[in-house]
Amino acid sequence: MNNTDKQKKIDFVELGFMDARCKLIDVAAFLDRTQRAGQTDDYRVRELKKAIACLDGENPDRAKQVLLSLSDTTEKPIAIAPGKGAAGAWEGSGSS
Amino acid sequence: MRYVEPHAHMVSRTTDDYIKLVQAGCEAVCEPAFWAGFDRSSAKGFFDYFSQLTKYEPARAAKFGLPHFCWICLNPKESEDIKLAEDVLEIMPDFLDSPNCLGVGEIGLNKNSKNELEILERHIDIAAQRDELILVHTPHLEDKLKGTKLIVDAILNQPSIRPERVIIDHVEEHTISIPRDKGFWVGMTLYPESKCTPQRAADMLEVHGTERIWMNSACDWGISNPLAVPEAAFELRRRGQTREMIDKVLYQNPRAFLSQSPKFKL
Repeated sequence: MNNTDKQKKIDFVELGFMDARCKLIDVAAFLDRTQRAGQTDDYRVRELKKAIACLDGENPDRAKQVLLSLSDTTEKPIAIAPGKGAAGAWEGSGSS
Repeated sequence: MRYVEPHAHMVSRTTDDYIKLVQAGCEAVCEPAFWAGFDRSSAKGFFDYFSQLTKYEPARAAKFGLPHFCWICLNPKESEDIKLAEDVLEIMPDFLDSPNCLGVGEIGLNKNSKNELEILERHIDIAAQRDELILVHTPHLEDKLKGTKLIVDAILNQPSIRPERVIIDHVEEHTISIPRDKGFWVGMTLYPESKCTPQRAADMLEVHGTERIWMNSACDWGISNPLAVPEAAFELRRRGQTREMIDKVLYQNPRAFLSQSPKFKL
């Protein structure tokens, strides 16, 4: 048993629906915007669309699956750091 | 409400932020060494930075009655230059001896390169030789999964390091179980755009429980919020969590981990 077992019964739909609705429309608008601009070939847009498919899963681990979908899944260290930043999606996943 | 801010880069913040932390109930702030947003040109730059963390920043916090602790290391973003890294490792011990220094951190990986891994291992060796606590930075975004696995393996390869004396920071839903299942502590970082929102951090507490876990703002020179921890407490209260649960995660847990260093006193 952990301390969260004492949590009161909460209506999570009431608490979070409007926020989730807002973010979903933002994602849709982002995809519309990049399509209108002819930028759907950018690997980040492609990987984002692939990750969206994780939302259709049946198990309550969709956030984890989205994060895994956007991750570098190789295991060995790379030879040299190409820079310092991260892009948010992995280009080397072989997506097409 | 009382809380400990276990990860904040106060050298990048204004004095106003110290006032806000204290007014929000913060009883101690801990500052790991990190990347300044630009590469330092020599170990002399690190000497000045470590002096700031061990002398000047504690004095600035003390003006507001806030205990300030720090961690010392070379951040993985500057590990690609092996010669520079070796020069910095050489000056570290004197600063690790400082009365407000709790251990080696935030070490880790950034792009998961060979040089980064080599310097990470050197830091782990220093911590092992000195029996220091370790605070680990895990990589950003697409690099986090791979980096977390490499880091956990590297630490476990040093048999004299006990996992309960190491905190693996910046975990998310896909990485939280990797270190936790091996006995490490984990930290969730609350950022407006990357890492965790307060809502997702609350989800992870409800799914994974409240043992060996803390939350931090990791506020720095980028987009970040020094009051992220008390704001996450507000989210937990909205969800009906008890005051006892919130106190455990925000105050008792960081105090329990950090008190493994005899220098940490509240």
